[in-house]
Amino acid sequence: MKRFIGFIKKEFYHIFRDKRSLFILFGMPIAQILLFGFAVTNEINNVKVAIYDKANDVESLKLIQNISASQYFEIDKMIYDSSEIESIFKQGQVKAVLVFESDFAQKLTKENIANIQIITDATEPNTATTIINYIGAILQKYQAGLNKTIQMPYQIKAETRMLYNPELKSVFMFVPGVMTIILMLVSAMMTSISITREKEIGTMEILLVSPLKPSQVILGKVFPYIFLSIINAVVILLLGFFIFGMPMQGGFLLLGLESILFIVSALALGILISTISETQQTAMMISLMGLLLPVILLSGFIFPIASMPKALQIFSNIIPATWYIIILKGIMLKGVGIAILWKETLILFGMTLFFIVLSIKKYKIRLE
Amino acid sequence: MNNNKSISVQNLTKKFGNFTAVNAISFEVEKGEIFGFLGANGAGKTTAMKMLIGISKPTSGEAKVAGFDVYKDTEKIKKNIGYMSQKFALYDDLTVRENARFYGGIYGLSKKQIKKKTNEFITELGIADIADNLVGSLPLGWKQKLAFSVSLIHEPKVVFLDEPTGGVDPITRRQFWEMIYKQADNGTTIFVTTHYMDEAEYCDRVSIMVEGKIEALDTPENLRKQYGVDSMNAVFLKLARG
Repeated sequence: MKRFIGFIKKEFYHIFRDKRSLFILFGMPIAQILLFGFAVTNEINNVKVAIYDKANDVESLKLIQNISASQYFEIDKMIYDSSEIESIFKQGQVKAVLVFESDFAQKLTKENIANIQIITDATEPNTATTIINYIGAILQKYQAGLNKTIQMPYQIKAETRMLYNPELKSVFMFVPGVMTIILMLVSAMMTSISITREKEIGTMEILLVSPLKPSQVILGKVFPYIFLSIINAVVILLLGFFIFGMPMQGGFLLLGLESILFIVSALALGILISTISETQQTAMMISLMGLLLPVILLSGFIFPIASMPKALQIFSNIIPATWYIIILKGIMLKGVGIAILWKETLILFGMTLFFIVLSIKKYKIRLE
Repeated sequence: MNNNKSISVQNLTKKFGNFTAVNAISFEVEKGEIFGFLGANGAGKTTAMKMLIGISKPTSGEAKVAGFDVYKDTEKIKKNIGYMSQKFALYDDLTVRENARFYGGIYGLSKKQIKKKTNEFITELGIADIADNLVGSLPLGWKQKLAFSVSLIHEPKVVFLDEPTGGVDPITRRQFWEMIYKQADNGTTIFVTTHYMDEAEYCDRVSIMVEGKIEALDTPENLRKQYGVDSMNAVFLKLARG
């Protein structure tokens, strides 16, 4: 035990004396969560729109007022000729142009139908779609206000409710995702690099010749990262709560246990990578390409799994992160417990066990 | 086996599939002897050494190191040997003292013992002023001498040195060998592989491995006489070229 503590002490020297690993360990989680929370977002705020009001009557002015009153839009300028539309988009400031047809109010009251054209800059397709949805919502509300007095027969009104994340805050999606990435990065990449480092500088041989058992060497190498991963998870959660108001519906205990399970699976992957790579660079490349990229692209963190091609859907099922993200969202947003999440937990547990057995086997072969 | 034999090897063999890396080698090393283990690259030196230090299982044959069997007692062997590899093997981002503390610690030494041994080699090498510097900031020659000192921290009975002087200048090599002599005089058995034939002359006895077999084993003087040449270099070339 005393030997083991000495070993861990040495690992912490390595970590705290290397600026790069310090940055990855502590700078990265904070940078990522802030980046995803503030910068990378699907929400729109104060989007600049231009108005081409051919009608310039009571109703069109009321509508324009409604739009500019919302926090989502800001009227950038009024234009008076259709030729201006093209040039305005080319300048890039304005994301949408609203064109009211002439005699807007008259058509609306007399013919019961009036047209508005919404032109958006689809070089950013996501933003464009969101803008259309938001403007559509404003128009509908306005319409509803007009129709209050008139009773329309046979009307189907679709009322949508967004459960668990009613404001569609993207940060609620990103916090579990970033947590998954960081735990993967710290546990798998950092461990694989730190083990291959010992191989590269020749100290691994010395350690294997020493009375330490190979299992002690590996445990000593991974233990500090378990500890640091847990600290990171806590930091990310705290940032999520206090800066972004991330809800925490479920139990902390379950969240903690599931996180440790995921950390262990990532560590096993890290050990596995270190057995197949001879240099730190190789270990890093394999970790980035083989672990981080799939976690970002295929785990459902950014792109919904349901909209992936079948082959990729199958592939996403064999990524531990996919299941961990489901579990995290379940606990944090829906507040469900193990009674609902037992299947995902079992899958994650099975994967972890598989990786541990595989890495022990690989490690033994290397020793022969 | 009598107690004066630090290492005794009988028909030790290691096969990788169809390839026989080490082919039934036999030799004995006396206590306090400096035993040179020579051979061209790929002759099987490293493989043989790995079996002796307990990190590779022999395919067949017998071997005892410091009185312990390489099949059954690898744990005991590990406690009683020191090892320094051709790659430099202290941690660059730890200070000299921290390195000593770490290695002493994994051999189960007490803090007091570690401190005592560390101060001993620090005074001996005259490096009190850099004992708290990071090892990475020291010149290679120093690192090599330090690595040797650290590999002796648990007072092993046998020390295995795998090309310990690779890449260092002649003066440092000379000093390094003085350290080896001193250690051997204290009764430590030294098992050393090297590429430098002038270093082979410093050994009490040398063995030369060619294609997995020991082709020659004697004192440097006898080997020179036997092959009718005036240097170990010439002996080596004659053997290695067949």
